[in-house]
Amino acid sequence: MYVAVKGGEKAIENAHAWLAEERRGSTDVAELSLAQIREQLSLAVNRVMAEGSLFDPDLAALAIKQARGDLIEAIFLIRAYRTTLPRFGYSEPVETGEMACDRRISATFKDAPGGQVLGPTFDYTHRLLDFKLAADGGVPAAPEGAALEERTPHITGFLKGEDIIQDEAASDTTPGDLTREPMEFPANRPLRLQSLTRGDEGFVLGMAYSTQRGYARNHAFVGELRIGKVAVEMEIPELGFAIEIGEVDLTECETVNQFKGSKTEPPQFSRGYGLVFGQSERKSIAMALVDRALRWEELGEDNLGAPAQDEEFVLSHSDNIQATGFLEHIKLPHYVDFQSELELVRKLRREAEERITPKEAAE
Amino acid sequence: MSEYNFAYLDEQTKRMIRRAILKGLAVPGYQVPFASREMPMPYGWGTGGVQVSAATLTPEDTLKVIDQGADDTTNAVSIRKFFENTAGVETTEETAKATVIQTRHRIPEAKLRDDQIIVYQVPIPEPLRFLEPRETETRKMHSLEEYGLMHVKLYEDISQHGAISTAYAYPVKVSGRYVMDPSPIPKFDNPKLEMDAIQLFGAGREQRIYAVPPHTKVVSLDFEDYPFEATKAEHPCDLCGAEDSYLDEVIMDDAGNRMFVCSDTDYCRSRRAAGHVGRLAEEDAA
Repeated sequence: MYVAVKGGEKAIENAHAWLAEERRGSTDVAELSLAQIREQLSLAVNRVMAEGSLFDPDLAALAIKQARGDLIEAIFLIRAYRTTLPRFGYSEPVETGEMACDRRISATFKDAPGGQVLGPTFDYTHRLLDFKLAADGGVPAAPEGAALEERTPHITGFLKGEDIIQDEAASDTTPGDLTREPMEFPANRPLRLQSLTRGDEGFVLGMAYSTQRGYARNHAFVGELRIGKVAVEMEIPELGFAIEIGEVDLTECETVNQFKGSKTEPPQFSRGYGLVFGQSERKSIAMALVDRALRWEELGEDNLGAPAQDEEFVLSHSDNIQATGFLEHIKLPHYVDFQSELELVRKLRREAEERITPKEAAE
Repeated sequence: MSEYNFAYLDEQTKRMIRRAILKGLAVPGYQVPFASREMPMPYGWGTGGVQVSAATLTPEDTLKVIDQGADDTTNAVSIRKFFENTAGVETTEETAKATVIQTRHRIPEAKLRDDQIIVYQVPIPEPLRFLEPRETETRKMHSLEEYGLMHVKLYEDISQHGAISTAYAYPVKVSGRYVMDPSPIPKFDNPKLEMDAIQLFGAGREQRIYAVPPHTKVVSLDFEDYPFEATKAEHPCDLCGAEDSYLDEVIMDDAGNRMFVCSDTDYCRSRRAAGHVGRLAEEDAA
């Protein structure tokens, strides 16, 4: 005899208890501390901060621990927490030109003021599993040099002097905030950049890659990639001037792209921009390429019908919290809808068979 | 959970949502964009409905939450618990006792009253979405009342299958103006959309709220020669014998034997309490 599925509450509690046990894993193994995650899985922490839109390495580490290392789940935890925080105000725009760079490279010039600084990069490591790490994680101290005193100028600034690169129009308009206003299309560039910087790394990477393979190719050079700390300043109404309230780590990528021009207009390089929390190189380069692809209209290019040129398509599908929620919700009960389809298909089949059968009988 | 405001959302957010609700009620069937917040449950789990309920609830309210018509499905349990924790409101499984009902995929069988509010969870608010994927286009179509594409789709259904092949989320026209997605309720429920209660629809991920005020005309789209038909399984409920309720089909054994039971668990329970008996009810009592 059928017994209705009762006791959902108990089932949920039990599932949560089991989940907690699985998250901990074998108790014979020492528990991970948040400091260990923050210090030793820092690129995962960076991704969670970037896509969670909240700069807080300790909370990101907690989210990663709680999510059993599922980064999208961790991002979700951070987003859900972030949305409950009161909003005291907005900082001044950060000055990436004043960044204390850990890494700064240019693919367009062999050398430039500030130099090529490799920093802590995987770029020239050989991807061989290091079995020594499995045994003991001791590392010899890295050699240290003196920090650069003078500011590191932006590479694109050198091109600007020659007027050979498109100038970004300055604006004092307060940009929209996609976490406070519903997205409406067409969106503008500030909203696009907000959406891309918190967009899923894999999605943005795939979109950027598609432009490189010919779906709205825009011939990007990495004019500059810089990673480091910038000061965050905020104007305090009681004081009447801005003070530094903290520092954030950022990765900034400026691409120099194919030039436009005509018989009457001298050709000029165009640009794409990526800015992401933490050391997030792949994401910031990808962001710059997609940003550039989305600027086709502003730069007077043709719409080639490529996915990366399609603002509504890119922005509507870049958020992994929206995407994973909607994708996974199909595992929730749908039996009422399925029942109505079941009846409809049965009815249509019955009617179709009735239409076929008399014909056959006549033959 | 005193760290959070009443019903979780802060008052500014609730005010923003209430404005969207009021606009929705003023323009029945029109999808009002709203700045949906990230909720502590995933998109697709009813974040739109939860935000609308949170903005609607007062401490004096009594809340009922159903999913697939049932109070005891896991997600209904989870959402009910969320509001018990964050709003401390009374909850009930009895349709008649509730002042606010949040639902996914069903309208209760019992007639709703004018002192009740029903909140629907909506996955895709745009009825034209699967005919035209672009929001920029569908908004234009709504503003121009350009619904020809929908009628062509229904017509193509008939020419291919001999009937309109939409069984749930069956499109309706509200107050003679906007074509609206009634959320994925079975079309059996469509006639109930003209009711005494306030109907609010929340789509969190898609950032839309819309509404149907009480006593508003809601017409399921059809053709004169192919009129709309609200259908259900042609059985009475095997537990309470009801012939007028929407039924779930349940596979009972390896031989594939089926039974049919009310999807509205409260309706079924109250009928059985009143002495109604279905085909398999006695075994149930044993």
